[in-house]
Amino acid sequence: MENKRRFSVREIREDFPSLRQLVYGKNLVYFDNGATSQKPQSVLDSINKFYSKDNANIHRGVHHLSQKATNEFEESRKTIARFLNASTHEEIIFTKGTTDGINLIAFSFGELLKEGDEVLITAMEHHSNIVPWQMLCERKKCSLKVLPINENGELLLEEIDQYISEKTKIFAFTHISNTLGTVNPIKELVQKAHQFGAVAVVDGAQSIQHKPIDVQDLNCDFYLFSGHKVYGPTGIGVLYGKEKWLEKMPPYQGGGDMIKKVTFQKTTYNELPFKFEAGTPHIAGGICLGKAIEYLSQFNFHDIEKHETMLTDYAQDLLYTFEDIVIYGESKHKTGVVSFNIEGIHPFDLGTLLDKQGIAVRTGHHCTQPLMDFYKIPGTVRCSFALYNTKEEIDFFISAMDKSIRMLK
Amino acid sequence: MSIEEKQKQIIEDFELLDDWELKYEHIIELGKSLPQIEDKKKTESNLIEGCQSKVWLDSVLKENKLYFFADSDAIITKGIIALLIDVFNGQSPEDILNSEVYFINQIGLQEHLSPTRANGLLSMVKKIKMEAIKNATVN
Ligand SMILES: Cc1ncc(COP(=O)(O)O)c(C=O)c1O
Repeated sequence: MENKRRFSVREIREDFPSLRQLVYGKNLVYFDNGATSQKPQSVLDSINKFYSKDNANIHRGVHHLSQKATNEFEESRKTIARFLNASTHEEIIFTKGTTDGINLIAFSFGELLKEGDEVLITAMEHHSNIVPWQMLCERKKCSLKVLPINENGELLLEEIDQYISEKTKIFAFTHISNTLGTVNPIKELVQKAHQFGAVAVVDGAQSIQHKPIDVQDLNCDFYLFSGHKVYGPTGIGVLYGKEKWLEKMPPYQGGGDMIKKVTFQKTTYNELPFKFEAGTPHIAGGICLGKAIEYLSQFNFHDIEKHETMLTDYAQDLLYTFEDIVIYGESKHKTGVVSFNIEGIHPFDLGTLLDKQGIAVRTGHHCTQPLMDFYKIPGTVRCSFALYNTKEEIDFFISAMDKSIRMLK
Repeated sequence: MSIEEKQKQIIEDFELLDDWELKYEHIIELGKSLPQIEDKKKTESNLIEGCQSKVWLDSVLKENKLYFFADSDAIITKGIIALLIDVFNGQSPEDILNSEVYFINQIGLQEHLSPTRANGLLSMVKKIKMEAIKNATVN
């Protein structure tokens, strides 16, 4: 066993300079981690180091700097491959983020679909796991099916056979709902997809930071995440894809880096992963995402999970003490997110008054409008937690809630 | 009172409210006391796009003066729109078009001008000006 760093929230908070600031003269309480996370000093330092010491374009130059930058970028790919337990680092494609990765699959894997084929998603998906599939279905004359949920915000697994069939070519679902916090039984869903010969696409935007991921054990065909939600920079993300599919899929974008040989008559494409990385990538982003993953890897993931689930349960239990509270997402399998409304109060009003007390929460539809329609609400207030949040912050949040509600009622 | 005088008055009123709680309590009060509008006025065309909360705004012209009626499902939004209505009610379309809304910044509500929310506030001002344009050209 490797020696892992002791999980001490107090020490962890020291690593995140942005947490130490006042908002309207009050200590910042950052509960909007589902939207994006704050960054540790090691990631910030690596951004600075890259641009001040190693900056060069990659995969191109024979010169020293270019080789150094290329090595770092490719080392980061290997770090990420190990973190996800991919069989080879060639299965790790750098993208702009989850949205970009889903669009890549919908476009490129989508080329393999035929008229009449079906794509299955679920009723709790983020817009970025809905719209690219709708566009694909329109382009290829396929149809989109949606697996419904129950009031607790859990997938209706017992009804799945009504939605999946041999016609289903892609089953795309989120691992953890960004609005409800529901943790889906993704291993089971992957098996279901495979039983019908469909590929399983896992939206990992909300799970990479909360759960250990082993893509081989999950046996998913694709897994996507965004760097910025896992303590890394914005503008960079990862698409993991099984080699056999990535080999079969046509390139998504054409340009430099993705080619082997170009003539005006014919172009041959580069090997994996470069076939899917046209143009100069976000080099600093790729390298720094590796640093973010290294930061997370210092810890025993079990400690992170335990802490974040404790925070989620603690916040939820205290919120239940409010009169007129409605919590959306009451699955037993839930982490990282608590979404709620106080009856008779608009989420925007609550969010505004919490903000004045230094608390950052998200209000609105969270890019899941169909889910809002399901619950017949305009939006919710959402707290989403990260490894650096504390029980004391939740206590403060609860007293701020109390004050806000008194002001609004 | 002119639009200018109205804005000055609001700024003065808010100067007495020296912490955020008092300010927001006042806005919430304004929101609560804004007269209800009829449901049939809550039409698509009266709905202001781009707000996190729903906002409807309607106007009538009487003797070349515009009068506004508005509602929102969020109370703070309603309070802010009550302030806007207070500034613009009973003014001529021409004066409304030529005016500049600056009181928001000066009463410490500038955070409502930040992108997502601002949409709200800026769209309300835009809508008020649109109503003014509509009525100014009729003349
Ligand atoms: C579940 C889920 N999927 C996809 C996304 C999109 O991620 P990005 O905007 O980083 O591409 C998000 C981000 O909010 C998300 O929560």
